Amino acid sequence: MSTGGSSILLAADGLALKVGERWLCCEFSLRLAAGECLVLLGPNGAGKTTLLHTLAGLRAPTVGAVRLGARPYADWDSLAAARFRGLLAQQQPDHFSASVLQTALIGRHPHLGRWGWESADDVAIAQAALAELGLADLAARDILSLSGGERQRVSIAALLTQAPQLLLLDEPTNHLDLHYQIAVLELFARLKREGRGVVMVLHDINLATRFADQVILLDGRGGVVAGSRDEVLQAARLSHAFDHPIRRVDIDGRVIFLPD
Amino acid sequence: MTRPAVLPILAVLLAASGLAFAWALSAGDLPIGFGEVLGALLRGDEGMAADVVRELRLPRAVAVFVCGGLLALAGALMQVLLRNPLADPYVLGVSGGAAVGALAAMLFGLSPWFVDAAAFGGALLATLLVFGLAHGDGSWTQTRLLLTGVIVAAGCGAAVTLMLSLATDTRLKSMLFWLMGDASGASRPWPALAVLVAGLVMVLPFARDLNVLARGELSALALGVRVQRLRYLLYVLASLLTAAAVTLVGSVGFVGLIVPHLVRFVIGNDQRLLLPTATLAGGTLLTLADTAARTVMAPVQLPVGVLTALIGVPVFLFLLSRHPRS
Repeated sequence: MSTGGSSILLAADGLALKVGERWLCCEFSLRLAAGECLVLLGPNGAGKTTLLHTLAGLRAPTVGAVRLGARPYADWDSLAAARFRGLLAQQQPDHFSASVLQTALIGRHPHLGRWGWESADDVAIAQAALAELGLADLAARDILSLSGGERQRVSIAALLTQAPQLLLLDEPTNHLDLHYQIAVLELFARLKREGRGVVMVLHDINLATRFADQVILLDGRGGVVAGSRDEVLQAARLSHAFDHPIRRVDIDGRVIFLPD
Repeated sequence: MTRPAVLPILAVLLAASGLAFAWALSAGDLPIGFGEVLGALLRGDEGMAADVVRELRLPRAVAVFVCGGLLALAGALMQVLLRNPLADPYVLGVSGGAAVGALAAMLFGLSPWFVDAAAFGGALLATLLVFGLAHGDGSWTQTRLLLTGVIVAAGCGAAVTLMLSLATDTRLKSMLFWLMGDASGASRPWPALAVLVAGLVMVLPFARDLNVLARGELSALALGVRVQRLRYLLYVLASLLTAAAVTLVGSVGFVGLIVPHLVRFVIGNDQRLLLPTATLAGGTLLTLADTAARTVMAPVQLPVGVLTALIGVPVFLFLLSRHPRS
């Protein structure tokens, strides 16, 4: 599935996950090369987040192995791994006040030494990331005063500040209005074209159609379909996975999936 | 927060703690001028004033300063560990265990040395109990930790009430003073000072890790923080610091909760700066409070814990009202 010649950022072989007594997915494999976007789709509770965390190396797979770059996670120093891959979590539990800029600067943590303080360069990186997400004017604001969509953009800015090769995104469009949904997905598409890898959990099949190169479809009953976008995103497969009739419509040369 | 901003803030606090010490050493039933204080400390002058400074006031001033620093540092660490700005050093039952130990020793009329040892032992026992119960099945959420701590503290509270009702009138007053935090008997502050310095030295290398952990466990893991190791360090360290403080002066309230908050209002939540600043501010505040406690109603000496509560509560409410979230 990889594009010819480019390096593999993430690979999983014979991966299977079990939570409690329930199998979330049977054995499957994946390869994500630089310049590719993989979308995880599936109904609520199907295990998309668990799978994403496994791919991020935050939990061990029940069966199989995950490799980041060329090495399994066990061979990575945790800070070196954090410079290579970054995770956008689904929720940001904020307990303490902090400015938007300080929150974005957290992304520099793996780049600094034990006694290091953020330099002017680090601040410039964070400010550029905030500007990228339309937050330049909010840099001094307290994160506890932000709206849900603004807070989500701050988290994305912190991830850009972390500057990883591989971006793992858990519902990046959460809380975002229509404009910003497309804007952040276009941003990730641009980063992808510049040579990074993107793995994201999405709920919107049509956004997946628009941005994915590969898709992993979980059906919540242990079944997995993994493959290229056009292989996986077919009305019959989607109807089965979401347990709801879904129809394919072609409008102006674009493919749209509509729930009946 | 950039590095150059650190030094002025620490310099101001060092100056403030110097002034607090100067007041603590010169004020009292026998007023002693600053010149004589310096003479007693630096030149080794003879005489009653010098003896009072060296033998009575200096150990007590150091004891309350160290106690305030220990409690403020422990409170700041506990707030990150539990990711709860309302956590204080006593929330996991450390002070309850210390109180049970100390009051039991007092009930049996043991000497002050045994009271200290029993307080420290009780604090460690409560720490282990909470840890064992909360950690029992391998999971370790902060809610579970918090609930276990609250329940163990409630059990200790019942034991304390029982012992108070069994105590004779002569012992009751000293037991009540111990519970409120009383520095008049604190004459051996140096081991606690060593604990405070060691605690700061151990935690400061991890200060930026704490910043990341305060943003949530999942993000911290993804940013390369070794969360489990850090939580053990925080738990053990906060408990030891609190046990040392409670053994030294008793359960002084509000310092561990309010000082980290006050400091956070002023300088923000960067732990690299917050931890040393809160330590100095806690020490300074408790030194001032104790000096006031033994002078405002002289010759009556108030327990310092009463004064920290009387000062701390309105100051905190005032700051809270002036600091809207936006």
